[in-house]
Amino acid sequence: MDFSITPDQRLMQDSLVRTLAAVSSLDRVRSFAGDPADKGADIHSALADFGLAGIVIPEEFGGLGLRLLDAALAAEALGRSVSPGPFLGAYVLAPLALRLAGSKAQQSEWLPKIASGEIIAGVAIAEQVAGARDGAGVTASGGKLSGKALFVTDALIADIFIVADRAGDLHLVRGDAAGLTRSAMPTIDQTRPLGEVGFEGVTAERLEGGAHALDSLRDAGWTLLAADTLGAAQVMIEKAVDYAKERRQFGRVIGSFQAVKHMCAEMAAELEPCRALVWYAAYAFDDAPGEASLTAAHAKAHLSEVGRFIARTSTEVHGGMGITDLLGLHFWFKRIGLNRQMLGGPERVRRLAAQIQGLTA
Amino acid sequence: MDLRLTPEMEAFRDEVRAFLDTHHDHYAGEASARPREAALQWQRLLIDNGYAARTIPKAYGGYGAEPDILKTRIIAEEFTRVGAPRGFANQGISMLVPTLLEVGSEEQKTRWIGPTLRGEVVWCQGYSEPGAGSDLASLQTKAVEDGDDFVISGSKIWTSTAAQADMIFCLVRTEPDAAKHDGISYILFPMTTPGIEVRPLKTMTGSAEFNEVFFTDVRVPQSGVVGGRGRGWFVANATLKHERGMLGDPNATEARMHSLIELMKTESVDGERLIDNPVMCDRLMQLQARVMAQKFNGLRLLTASMTGEPAGMAGLVVKLQGCELNHQIAALAIDALGELGVLYEDGPHLRAKGSWQWNYMFDLGLIIGGGTAQIQKNIIAERGLALPREPKLASV
Repeated sequence: MDFSITPDQRLMQDSLVRTLAAVSSLDRVRSFAGDPADKGADIHSALADFGLAGIVIPEEFGGLGLRLLDAALAAEALGRSVSPGPFLGAYVLAPLALRLAGSKAQQSEWLPKIASGEIIAGVAIAEQVAGARDGAGVTASGGKLSGKALFVTDALIADIFIVADRAGDLHLVRGDAAGLTRSAMPTIDQTRPLGEVGFEGVTAERLEGGAHALDSLRDAGWTLLAADTLGAAQVMIEKAVDYAKERRQFGRVIGSFQAVKHMCAEMAAELEPCRALVWYAAYAFDDAPGEASLTAAHAKAHLSEVGRFIARTSTEVHGGMGITDLLGLHFWFKRIGLNRQMLGGPERVRRLAAQIQGLTA
Repeated sequence: MDLRLTPEMEAFRDEVRAFLDTHHDHYAGEASARPREAALQWQRLLIDNGYAARTIPKAYGGYGAEPDILKTRIIAEEFTRVGAPRGFANQGISMLVPTLLEVGSEEQKTRWIGPTLRGEVVWCQGYSEPGAGSDLASLQTKAVEDGDDFVISGSKIWTSTAAQADMIFCLVRTEPDAAKHDGISYILFPMTTPGIEVRPLKTMTGSAEFNEVFFTDVRVPQSGVVGGRGRGWFVANATLKHERGMLGDPNATEARMHSLIELMKTESVDGERLIDNPVMCDRLMQLQARVMAQKFNGLRLLTASMTGEPAGMAGLVVKLQGCELNHQIAALAIDALGELGVLYEDGPHLRAKGSWQWNYMFDLGLIIGGGTAQIQKNIIAERGLALPREPKLASV
């Protein structure tokens, strides 16, 4: 038994962090966030070259054939650098949907194109996981989809979509299909664009393995959002600690005041056990399926709470500077904020956690 | 990450299960500081079979197995599953034995470890003093050299099991002229030595879990010093590390979580199970996530200890987080029970012998003891995050 990250995994993560420092610096994040027309093609291309677009795609389809734990380590690195780039839906959930529910023909047609970065796949599962709002939801009938889906990942740039209908079945839709419309849903987090997709009798191919696959997509999504928060929150602690060692008031660095020191200690004490929780949830997805849903739910809900605490506390340690645009700390603050709500806020996820283990009906 | 069990490990699990099954009638827990004969027998049985004192060398009375985190985990899981009492976890075993193994002389190891493991010798810990709590190194109990002996005067407080203990491991000031941290020695001596008075210290739980201990010209041999004269502060820090590990033990927290879930599934108010109250259920799930995080953090620490990697931040947070979590579990049990949650004395409506209230109060003591939550945060900030120490005030 070994409860740790292998040297290879650590190496991959460090290497990704270096790649991101080059292609997704804070300046690049700023320019992406400030320009709705910016598609982040340079970042997508660099990440695809790195292999990230095919991280969970089997080698026979041109991917790296890695596991969700590896994807979670990548998500942590992306959260660290608040990186734009189509990760959660395009690189992980869409390939997983095809892997788990697609036919051989569908896999052969689409997985190699996703792995190479040639196409980007949007994912529309929010209604089935987080609940339907404002009349959203998609109905399938006779090979056609009708309705609308909210909070679709990479909605404006996707070449194909994976769509969950109201019955929990999954479908593949081409981005240029007749009757499909898209519009942006600008959120607080401008690093990961989401959108609304409308379907008016849009032709779709069903992914036959539907219902259980949706649970798996949910579990993977929860785990990766938790991992993203882990990385983003870790940076917020590091920035707070660095600032507390530098900033002087009353003739001494503020990090020597117990009030400030304890804020930093509380952040670290809350976050550190989360690391093991995220690792285990991701590990369970592939290797302990009976525990995957519960650990994913707990990782998602708990990291949401710890993330919010750290986002707020780190900002406070920075004093007035913390709330300025100049410092840029808000990119991490907002990233953590989106991760909390996406695919269900912690209260909803905890209610599901109780149901998943049969404690409540 | 690889938590799969090999056939060898599955066989080991079967072995543990068979043992627990065979000896079901011999289960006997540590009912008080001075174990009953049945508990002593159970403890010996556990050591003989490698379920207690597992990795302590045979020469010192342990089982002598190689450290194996997976087997350790399997044992913990199986004992928890059937509710079998684990081996003793008193201060002698949890704190003194690891310290002796680390810095004790061969004579001290041979003489004390075996009887301590078997529960034949009961220890208490003489650290805190009325004037030396968080600032432990300012302790004033003095030991004056007189021939081959020390003559000890002063007093200790928060001394659990002092009334039952045979022996004490005690911090005393042997070098009055040395700097604060360099003048302390760690010494072992019998509690039957003339001049020792033990007074029970009753707490908010209604019982006396602690004592005050007074020393008046207590003459003890210098040979009881562990780790060298004047080295007591460093020896004590080794012990405190073990104490903090014990106080935040995730297995104990997980067991308590199981009890809370059972309680909330079986008890009801107005015909509604406690767990079906959405607010209570939400609180339960929040705590379950924390318990899980602590448990996996514990597995991560076990792996690190096996591979010799430093535990780092993951180790520094255990005491702070574990004790807080235990306290919150007790708090939720009381809240979920509603009015019944306040019952404490024997009576027809009392639940779990009032143990949730007892834990709620006692655990607050554990948040304070073994290094307060605030001291833990200083340690996390200074050792874990390299933040500067509080500047020393000019003396007043």
